[in-house]
Amino acid sequence: MSEQLEPTKDKAARKASPVGVALAWLVVLGLLAVVAIQLRATMQGGMGIGQPAPAFTLSLFDGGEIQSADLAGKVVVVNFWASWCAPCEEEAEELQMAWEIYEPGGEVVFLGVDYADTETLARAYLERFQITYPNGPDLGTRISQAFRIRGVPETYIIGRDGLMKYIKIGPFTTLSEILAAVDRALAE
Amino acid sequence: MKGRGWVLLAVIGLALALTGAAGAQTTEPPSGQPPTEDEVNAIAKNMYCPVCENVPLDVCPTLACQQWRDQIREKLIEGWTEEQIHDYFVLQYGDRVLAAPPRSGLNWLIYIGPWVLIAAGAIMLARLLWRLRAPAAGPEPPPQPPANGPDDYRARLEAELKRRDLKD
Repeated sequence: MSEQLEPTKDKAARKASPVGVALAWLVVLGLLAVVAIQLRATMQGGMGIGQPAPAFTLSLFDGGEIQSADLAGKVVVVNFWASWCAPCEEEAEELQMAWEIYEPGGEVVFLGVDYADTETLARAYLERFQITYPNGPDLGTRISQAFRIRGVPETYIIGRDGLMKYIKIGPFTTLSEILAAVDRALAE
Repeated sequence: MKGRGWVLLAVIGLALALTGAAGAQTTEPPSGQPPTEDEVNAIAKNMYCPVCENVPLDVCPTLACQQWRDQIREKLIEGWTEEQIHDYFVLQYGDRVLAAPPRSGLNWLIYIGPWVLIAAGAIMLARLLWRLRAPAAGPEPPPQPPANGPDDYRARLEAELKRRDLKD
């Protein structure tokens, strides 16, 4: 009987304090939560049609900035590009032509977001293709992260209701392709 | 004598002026000498472009990375320090460009976490070793036979055997 009492006493002595156990669990759960959040963000994939468009602020090359909240009620065409991106050049002229068609109506806004680029070369690119719609750098890659882009060029068309209406991965091949996508968003 | 004094003063003044000019020249950055590839790569190796993940900027072969290296070269020519260049790239392209995350916010977990775990492990190991050593340290008390333990049992067993022998 007394032999059995000895280990019980020892076990009681060895038992960790509840605060220590709670702290250990807290650390483990905290680490798991951080890993889960990171995994969720990684596995999220790209944006989908019908999802609310993320809010963003675009600082413009020409000074000033545009906030997405100020564009509510308009169709917004957000084009991600870069001067080092050869496929971006394929659609640059068509995008500018489309902008010139919609600009007088005032119902559609085109925005160019320059991704991971150098300002000098970006400005040269805009001049080369005579792009006049608002353009600015993706400072801190915050906008591209919010849109969860996979590369450039990518174009997102946001409806008047703030929901994603159209997503183009890769370059537009024709002007009519751009017009069709924008007109569909305008009609909704 | 008076004239010699003035000459001496002028010579000293000229010498001081020349020394000062020479000193000023040595503190100025070398003009007209573009930074070498090694100088650019020394900064680029601690950076990553978001387009080519997991490839350090100094060895990344893409056009985007080449442009970034050119930008580092331009900033070095302008006299920027490595820290200023890093800050500029973080502002332009985000924290992702840095090889090591900045020491702020949740990032501290990465820096502190391993040390906390190592410290916790060391404490646990020390406690375990202390516990293992503890019994050997002091003299062990002799085992006390239980009051009605084996002797009583043996006595009853022998009595039973005797009783069986008698029966037989």
